Amino acid sequence: MAAAGFDLKDGRVDLSHGSGGRAMSRLIDALFRRAFDNKLLDQGNDQAVFDVGGGRMVMATDGFVVSPLFFPGGDIGSLAVHGTINDIAMAGARPLYLSAGFILEEGLPLADLKRIVDSMAGAARDAGVPVVTGDTKVVEKGKADGLFITTTGVGTVPDGLELSGDKARPGDAILLSGTIGDHGVAVMSKRENLTFETEIVSDSAALHGLVADMVAAAGDAIRCLRDPTRGGLAATLNELAAQSGVGMRIEETALPLRGQVAAACELLGLDPLFVANEGKLIAIAAPDRAQHLLAAMRAHPLGVDAAVIGEVIEDSRNLVRMETAFGGERLIDWLSGEQLPRIC
Amino acid sequence: MKYIDEFRDGRAARRVAEKIAAEADPGRRYHFMEFCGGHTHAISRYGILDLLPKGVEMIHGPGCPVCVLPAGQIDSAIRLAERPDVTLCTYADLMRVPASNRTSLMTAKAAGADIRMVYSTLDALAIAEAEPDRQVVFFAIGFETTTPPTALAIKAARAKGLGNFSVFCNHVLTPAAITAILDAQEDGGVRLEGFVGPAHVSTVIGTRPYEPIAAKYRKPVVVAGFEPLDVIQAILMLVRQANDSRAEVENEYSRAVTRDGNRLAQAQTEEVFVLRDTFEWRGLGEIPNSALKLRDAFAAFDAETRFGVDYRPAPDNPACECGPVLRGVKKPTDCKLFGTACTPETPMGSCMVSSEGACAAHWTYGRFRDAPRKSA
Repeated sequence: MAAAGFDLKDGRVDLSHGSGGRAMSRLIDALFRRAFDNKLLDQGNDQAVFDVGGGRMVMATDGFVVSPLFFPGGDIGSLAVHGTINDIAMAGARPLYLSAGFILEEGLPLADLKRIVDSMAGAARDAGVPVVTGDTKVVEKGKADGLFITTTGVGTVPDGLELSGDKARPGDAILLSGTIGDHGVAVMSKRENLTFETEIVSDSAALHGLVADMVAAAGDAIRCLRDPTRGGLAATLNELAAQSGVGMRIEETALPLRGQVAAACELLGLDPLFVANEGKLIAIAAPDRAQHLLAAMRAHPLGVDAAVIGEVIEDSRNLVRMETAFGGERLIDWLSGEQLPRIC
Repeated sequence: MKYIDEFRDGRAARRVAEKIAAEADPGRRYHFMEFCGGHTHAISRYGILDLLPKGVEMIHGPGCPVCVLPAGQIDSAIRLAERPDVTLCTYADLMRVPASNRTSLMTAKAAGADIRMVYSTLDALAIAEAEPDRQVVFFAIGFETTTPPTALAIKAARAKGLGNFSVFCNHVLTPAAITAILDAQEDGGVRLEGFVGPAHVSTVIGTRPYEPIAAKYRKPVVVAGFEPLDVIQAILMLVRQANDSRAEVENEYSRAVTRDGNRLAQAQTEEVFVLRDTFEWRGLGEIPNSALKLRDAFAAFDAETRFGVDYRPAPDNPACECGPVLRGVKKPTDCKLFGTACTPETPMGSCMVSSEGACAAHWTYGRFRDAPRKSA
């Protein structure tokens, strides 16, 4: 690549890569277009034009500023694909296309950028959701931390399916698709100042396949879906309780949690209920169909550890409480302040 | 998690709870104070109160280092941090503790003061080494557990000849605070039948310092670990002592605590620090011989000497009940501000800041038990 004035092995991002000139054009052609490789992007327009075939659409956007850029089980690129796909999927929708905006910091090694873009393209390919349009900007050194990515996605919602966070009703079952805290702990394990040896990897994954199976098995029984990312399970349950005007009661002994994640949290003084996930979902479902839905979740590779973790109750204060493994009861409150910043 | 899960086991907890229910006299009430915020946190987080019979009541003590620091000391720390040459290193817990005039270390940092959050004294030392042009001040707080590391940091700074490192010492002493609470009891303060004694503090000082207190005031002390099974076992031991009219110092936490404690750690503390004549505690007022300062031999590392820190007492928010809460005479829910003006996001008093504070613990883990309040 050096022959084209562009060294993907040892070069670095400089201000010319965002100037709108030839260097930027080369970067886009040599890196982004080659990696993301699809017909809509190849048209070379400033936008992607596609047919949506009627029906209801869903749109979601998410910014990614995770530090460090690479962590066990993923990187900012794959995370940027999974995160937005999951936001689309939580509407029960089929994600169709993504856009990606890159803010690059002057000095970022081009090899790092290539690794991230390749990872992003791989994640998009695996998910079957192409990145069809994008944008690149470069800012001066010190104005961004390596790079920031924003992705936006669109998808279509099956007819008749109306999932929403305000639909939880007393008596409904609360299901969780797998172990909690894996992403947050994997990222923390890479952080400066927080070094410890561990095999924990991020759970970063695209959940639309799992969602499609759940909708096919018991779509009419699902009230809402949500992925417990920042703020963890605790924040998401509190959001749903407030949105639906209900309370919730969960059981600590029912929560899927890896022993190593529990141990790492113990060491760091963190509560796994508040630690971020990037490949898990919570489903609120009609109680009589909960076991059926659970079976469908467990049949999918991303739901093998799924469990019914509690139920929706009446509570005018919209509090979430937990029966502890010790035998008492405690509140699961919103997180106050940041438990650890820049986790996604 | 070996050595942790065993102490959080629900079946074992129920067995102890059944013994407490069987042995507690239904005709009397038992008021025990858990001195430490760590115990307060465990009681709230694991729902231990749900396992106790009605007549056994736990009263939260003042053993939360962030909570007992008076606003005047935070004011002093802010004044230090506002000096252009100073970098103030502090534990994150202290950042949001209210100081005078609606300020805090957080507001001072936002306004430009160089305040950095550290995990240990060693982080502060490393900053002093890396940035020789900055005057690095470590805001040292805590009971006997955190004092030896501060002593070691000061000795390390001396050994390395670090002329830009100093300590703003606010280390306080547990036995003095327990004595102050018991003295206040005699003047109409909270009635107590015994104490759950500190866990980590006792690993350093041992159980011996509680013996004269138990003997003089006729109150049992059971030193307990911070795991929930430790706490409920200690409560059972206190019920038994109360039933037998005994006032002994017992050690539930024998896997970590001895009668004499950690002599090496005590020697480090002794070498570097000396008793202050008096120190102001939030809620408890001035308590004689209750805190430490640097010995003259280490005056070169004393921020109070180096920067001429003068202590100016500052009043708390008059509506804030942190004082009575810290003395155990009021519950968090007795405070008008609790849950209305004062929440962990907008703390008006120190007890709402630290996760070990009685107000924060009740707000975070226990408020579902309260009757719904009419919003003001």
